[in-house]
Amino acid sequence: MRTESASSVLLLHGRWTADQLAVPAVWQGLPERLRPAGTDQALVWDLRKLQRLDHTGAQLLWNAWGQQWPAQLQLLPEQRVMLERVAQFTAPAPAPVPYSWHAVYLGLGRRVMAVVNHLSGAVRLLGQLVLDLLRLVRHPLQAPWRDISGHLYRIGATAMPITALVGFLIGVVLAYLMSQQLRQFGADAFIVNILGLSLIRELGPVLAAILIAGRSGSAITAQIGVMRVTEELDAMRVLGIAKGFRLVMPRTVAMALAMPLLSVWTTLAALLGGMLAADLAMGLTPAYFISALPKTVEIANLWLALAKSMVFGVLIALVACHYGLRVKPNTQSLGEGTTASVVTSITVVILVDALFAVLFKGVGL
Amino acid sequence: MSAPLVVEINKLWSVFRAEGVPTVIHQDLDLKIAQGELLSIVGGSGSGKTVLLRQMLGLEKPARGSVTVLGHPAAELGRAGAASRVGMLFQHGALFSAFTVLENIAFPLRELGTLPADLVRDVAMVKLQMVGLDARHAHKMPADLSGGMVKRVALARALVMDPPLLLLDEPTAGLDPDSADGFCALLQGLHRELGLTVVMVTHDLDTIFELSTRVAVVADKHVVVDAPPREVVGFEHPFVNDFFRGGRGRRAQALLHPTPDAV
Repeated sequence: MRTESASSVLLLHGRWTADQLAVPAVWQGLPERLRPAGTDQALVWDLRKLQRLDHTGAQLLWNAWGQQWPAQLQLLPEQRVMLERVAQFTAPAPAPVPYSWHAVYLGLGRRVMAVVNHLSGAVRLLGQLVLDLLRLVRHPLQAPWRDISGHLYRIGATAMPITALVGFLIGVVLAYLMSQQLRQFGADAFIVNILGLSLIRELGPVLAAILIAGRSGSAITAQIGVMRVTEELDAMRVLGIAKGFRLVMPRTVAMALAMPLLSVWTTLAALLGGMLAADLAMGLTPAYFISALPKTVEIANLWLALAKSMVFGVLIALVACHYGLRVKPNTQSLGEGTTASVVTSITVVILVDALFAVLFKGVGL
Repeated sequence: MSAPLVVEINKLWSVFRAEGVPTVIHQDLDLKIAQGELLSIVGGSGSGKTVLLRQMLGLEKPARGSVTVLGHPAAELGRAGAASRVGMLFQHGALFSAFTVLENIAFPLRELGTLPADLVRDVAMVKLQMVGLDARHAHKMPADLSGGMVKRVALARALVMDPPLLLLDEPTAGLDPDSADGFCALLQGLHRELGLTVVMVTHDLDTIFELSTRVAVVADKHVVVDAPPREVVGFEHPFVNDFFRGGRGRRAQALLHPTPDAV
């Protein structure tokens, strides 16, 4: 590709196409050479030797000419057609909405309204869930039991390996950490109290809830979100199938059943890890550990943990469904919804855990 | 036919495996498409028309045989700058939902990385209006567009680098008759003015008779006939009989013949 100006005739050669022009070596210096020529009235532009001209090349020339026809131009008929099209359609893109303080002010209001909207949506979802549960109790045969059992398997059974692994490792880490401290005071035996209480009452349920929020909460949001993108939600509505009863309720029920079980499972794995680590680090036999555990940790702690887990499960499922149902039909919104779902459900789990700690400080301690 | 070949398919086999069970879609399929043609690929549901397009795009791998596009194996098409060789209009548009209309059209040019933003924007604006859309739609998101507009934006994106070959998958499906006619006229105009080679998969008989210079019928796992529309209609094959000589086919042929001949 080259330009050749001899005796005030500018002869263009080569392939003026997007892929050729985009080669850095070709593009280098080209605009600088075109610009002065574009305004030169005495210059004759000759495009007839061009091997190929595409719309990008034509646009480049048109812009170089200051978006008007040069005084003297020689070109082929099809090049003229292309340039005329470019001339006809060249238009400034409509300006995007400019940045202003007023827009910032309005954006703040929008954000407040969005929070209000989220809260009211969550309340409506919760209310619908209560109604759907009543319907479940009143007409148990109508309930989507297959869905519930499917979700129970996907949320509960398939999460067992990962929760066990994480629980076990946390138990080991805690036991090693505490054995160092307790030995300084000669209070080795208290490791059963500390491990037992912290794992059963706090860490087991919270760990399981955080893992499940990341694992199944995101999956629920993505599932329902994709159903929005593919118009399946609209199809359900048109077919007269209530999405609360068929989508939200089964997932919430499955989550409410699976969470306490997973929490006990995680706690058991963590206690096993702690017990083994205590044996290795301090020579505390598993037999002593098992016999001392019921004496040091009241059974009320276990009931509290189970109740807490069930609440966590319901909250994770509701948050996940809430964000899933709000996904807009585009990929960006799907990603944002899934992220927001996981972050929100983990935050909610920890908030509610703190609430439980304050409310039940007199129970089982 | 002296024009150089744009697409050359030789003894193509397409095989899909569903749970280990092979399903043969194409068996010894031959097809040659010369420069400047407007070829319609016709066939029953599941006859592998879209798979054939995907083979030309290098999105599927031939089990046997070869697919050559613009002198290179189709598998090599996906390299950088592919948009300057082949444009593809997907059935549902396949617009990037996170980008605006203008960003969607400009995307292939912008990805080249060299051209300045204002030139890229100007080119995209010209393409936007070339496919019959108003400039004020430039900053809309794909989710806010109607089906016909999505197809037009997708066509503008496919054409942004003026590729010599344009593939269309069901270009008029889902459009109202008015938009479909508009789309046909647009394609015809672009084909004439830009000298494009166009390959389209379609069920729309009006589109076939109005636009194509040639029709290839895919049935029984290969191309059973590949000829100008008039000759294809007279071909003896069960699918051709049903497709072109059923009620809808006869009505559409009124476009082709001023007085319908006896078939």
